[in-house]
Amino acid sequence: MYKIMRRKQLNPTVVLMDIYAPAVAAKAQPGQFIILRTDEDGERIPLTVADYDRENGTVTVIFQIVGATTEKLAHFSEGDCLHDFVGPLGRPTQIRGLKKVAVVGGGVGCAIAYPVAKALRENGAEVHSIVGFRNKDLIILRDEFEAVSDKFVLMTDDGSAGEKGLVTNALEKLIESGEKYDEVITIGPLVMMKFVSLLTKKYGIKTVASMNPIMIDGTGMCGGCRLTVGGQTKFACVDGPEFDAHLIDFDEAISRGAMYRDFESREREKTCRLFGKEGV
Amino acid sequence: MANMNPKRNPMPSQAPEDRRRNFDEVALGYTEEQAIDEAKRCLNCKNMPCVSGCPVGIHIPEFIACVASGDFDGAYEVIARSSSLPAVCGRVCPQETQCEGKCVRGIKGESVGIGRLERFVADWHREHGGAGAHAAEPNGRRVAVVGSGPSGLTCAGELAKKGYDVTVFEALHTVGGVLVYGIPEFRLPKAIVASEVDGLRKMGVKFEVNTVIGRTVTVRELMDEHGFDAVFIGSGAGLPRFMNIPGENLKGVYSANEFLTRVNLMKAYKPDSATPISHGRCVAVVGGGNVAMDAARCALRIGAEKVYIVYRRSLDELPARREEVEHAMEEGIEFKLLTNPTEIMGFRDENDPRNPLNGWVKGMKCVEMELGEPDASGRRSPVEKPDSAFELECDCVIMAIGTSPNPLIKSTTEGLEVNRRGGIVVEENSGLTSIEGVYAGGDAVTGAATVILAMGAGKNAAKAIDEYLKDRSR
Ligand SMILES: Cc1cc2nc3c(=O)[nH]c(=O)nc-3n(C[C@H](O)[C@H](O)[C@H](O)COP(=O)(O)OP(=O)(O)OC[C@H]3O[C@@H](n4cnc5c(N)ncnc54)[C@H](O)[C@@H]3O)c2cc1C
Ligand SMILES: Cc1cc2nc3c(=O)[nH]c(=O)nc-3n(C[C@H](O)[C@H](O)[C@H](O)COP(=O)(O)OP(=O)(O)OC[C@H]3O[C@@H](n4cnc5c(N)ncnc54)[C@H](O)[C@@H]3O)c2cc1C
Ligand code: SF4
Ligand code: SF4
Ligand code: FES
Repeated sequence: MYKIMRRKQLNPTVVLMDIYAPAVAAKAQPGQFIILRTDEDGERIPLTVADYDRENGTVTVIFQIVGATTEKLAHFSEGDCLHDFVGPLGRPTQIRGLKKVAVVGGGVGCAIAYPVAKALRENGAEVHSIVGFRNKDLIILRDEFEAVSDKFVLMTDDGSAGEKGLVTNALEKLIESGEKYDEVITIGPLVMMKFVSLLTKKYGIKTVASMNPIMIDGTGMCGGCRLTVGGQTKFACVDGPEFDAHLIDFDEAISRGAMYRDFESREREKTCRLFGKEGV
Repeated sequence: MANMNPKRNPMPSQAPEDRRRNFDEVALGYTEEQAIDEAKRCLNCKNMPCVSGCPVGIHIPEFIACVASGDFDGAYEVIARSSSLPAVCGRVCPQETQCEGKCVRGIKGESVGIGRLERFVADWHREHGGAGAHAAEPNGRRVAVVGSGPSGLTCAGELAKKGYDVTVFEALHTVGGVLVYGIPEFRLPKAIVASEVDGLRKMGVKFEVNTVIGRTVTVRELMDEHGFDAVFIGSGAGLPRFMNIPGENLKGVYSANEFLTRVNLMKAYKPDSATPISHGRCVAVVGGGNVAMDAARCALRIGAEKVYIVYRRSLDELPARREEVEHAMEEGIEFKLLTNPTEIMGFRDENDPRNPLNGWVKGMKCVEMELGEPDASGRRSPVEKPDSAFELECDCVIMAIGTSPNPLIKSTTEGLEVNRRGGIVVEENSGLTSIEGVYAGGDAVTGAATVILAMGAGKNAAKAIDEYLKDRSR
């Protein structure tokens, strides 16, 4: 059983948990993910390894409540156990050799971007972090990001914190001001990553996007996580989750990502009723 | 004395009208009387042609003679000498091309129902609380088995019988491999697989689920850090293939693996399941093997009104078990044979980009095929008929056209040799790979094949591992 050692609410819909899973903690690297099931008969959901503690055998995940499973998971307390927890899956982020990198995170994607930024910094790279949120109530990991970034730009859609605007505005401004990046790493909503990618293509800066398609097994068996990258079919769970953003067919990924939207909103309503409240 | 009826005892089955909407087992199994009557059709041939058709060489006439005399326990013992999963193989072996294909009774009538009798014996044994093998005296040696499909389970069982301390590592949360995530409940009830696994547990085999070898632990680490003396890799067939035609990534297009995993492993067939699945009204399954039949029949059972099998060769070339093809036809699945898809078409509302139907499958462009000259392998390959393009209306497409090996273990195990197609290279009889102490078998070596071949490979490897470790301890 995989025990929840710590639970922390980061904002109204984002929760952090440290899970006891020594075998996974021993191997985890930035950019990799795990798959968990809350209980028997539950869905398998992928979450990125936000951090790990090899000594204490814990893996940190940070998740946003979006549907039935994440809703259920958010109701677990410290000391409770998860039924299944498997990983680390996917390829780790390639950080070696990078000297100067812009990490662009959006929303809960920042949870995935943070360990990447941290690892880059530990490897001696200059890190510029640009993070975006819809409004000030949704901001997560601000202090953490600031601690590992040489430059930190906070954007909100409505201007309620940091600068008003989109992460692409901030990135373009930095590029225009003469910052030269070896690479841009972007993690967040598909639409955001698509526009980051279009922007950096214009400037010819190599860009990596971390993709999060729907997954089941996470081992390359089902093909559900497939994406078109450079005209070829790739499986995000074994070939990714990071890909050259300039080659990704984002429109297709956006369309496929919405495959179960109706089903999922029904399921979430059911779960909310189960917990006797109207969403969180 | 022998029963000379040219026809075999029919298998009691659920009626097609009933079963097409439920997931209960289709074939119900012989009664004791039917089994004895069927067993009496066996002529106990001296040269035993049937045995040569069985990849694990079950002593068929011997077990059938036991059945004929009502000694079902004796029959079980005969089978158990050669096969560790008779309840499974009796149900899923392609008998018509194996044991039964060789049976002399098949020349002038129907062959003896060997598979049905094997299933009867295994079920009888289980239902009568049949004792499984017991844990043997431990010999102090440890073996790791990667993957819990039929090859891994068999290898584990054979080694446990010899006193090895065996741990099976499985990537998924349930053990059984394709037997649980692929082959559906109505063909192979999961309780049967679970009972086989329980038997292994009683023999002392340990199971570690949620462990991806190559990621959580590597093959090398199993040996160097975790103290295993040998490793058997039975990791299965791997990644689903697609046709690389336009539209394969539209919403409503599945690989058979994904579709079947959602239905079987994740239990989407239960009305209260949290697993989403597209309940296609009209489903086209591309392919002609067991996987295609299973996908088609699952689609029907979760509510499709119309299900097509789209296959580019003709009825005679369908690689699926004959019985499954017949069952599928009885259930009303329509076979579009000599037909090949060229494009999957998606719905697109030019006026309303927010229309929720946008991006969903609405049909498939196909061409008709005809069989050309036989190729090197003797199979007549299909060629496109000119001007035969047509459109098939459907809202869900399932690709069941095979798999290619998963590169995960290869890429994380230095020195492990694979062939051009990505299958692990092994020594013919032992299953020894290019690394000392590491063995492999089943679909991971051969590409998608059968349960019985995977079992046979697991068994051979167990024998070789035993010899290797015995030698080493001397
Ligand atoms: C490799 C990978 C890493 C991920 N890492 C994180 C992470 O660190 N933190 C985190 O909060 N989320 C992460 N996700 C997304 C997370 O897996 C989904 O939010 C989760 O599966 C939703 O489950 P649910 O049952 O609660 O919601 P569902 O009921 O399944 O879905 C509710 C809504 O979320 C959308 N959705 C479903 N699956 C995904 C998905 N895979 N990605 C994006 N949206 C989805 C649906 O379209 C729907 O609108 C990751 C996904 C992948 C593939
Ligand atoms: C839908 C379907 C229907 C079929 N019908 C029939 C039939 O009627 N008759 C018949 O004879 N055959 C049938 N087959 C084929 C048969 O099931 C396979 O040939 C057989 O299961 C192969 O056994 P295996 O042990 O090699 O691998 P699998 O059964 O594929 O098992 C491999 C296991 O290894 C696990 N694994 C993979 N990688 C790793 C890793 N890195 N670490 C840990 N675990 C890992 C997998 O999760 C899986 O559980 C069918 C196959 C399918 C998909
Ligand atoms: S194991 Fe398969 S091939 Fe062998 S006798 Fe049984 S059904 Fe026939
Ligand atoms: S070939 Fe047929 S009749 Fe002869 S022994 Fe085998 S099963 Fe019996
Ligand atoms: S999640 Fe199944 S292949 Fe990637």
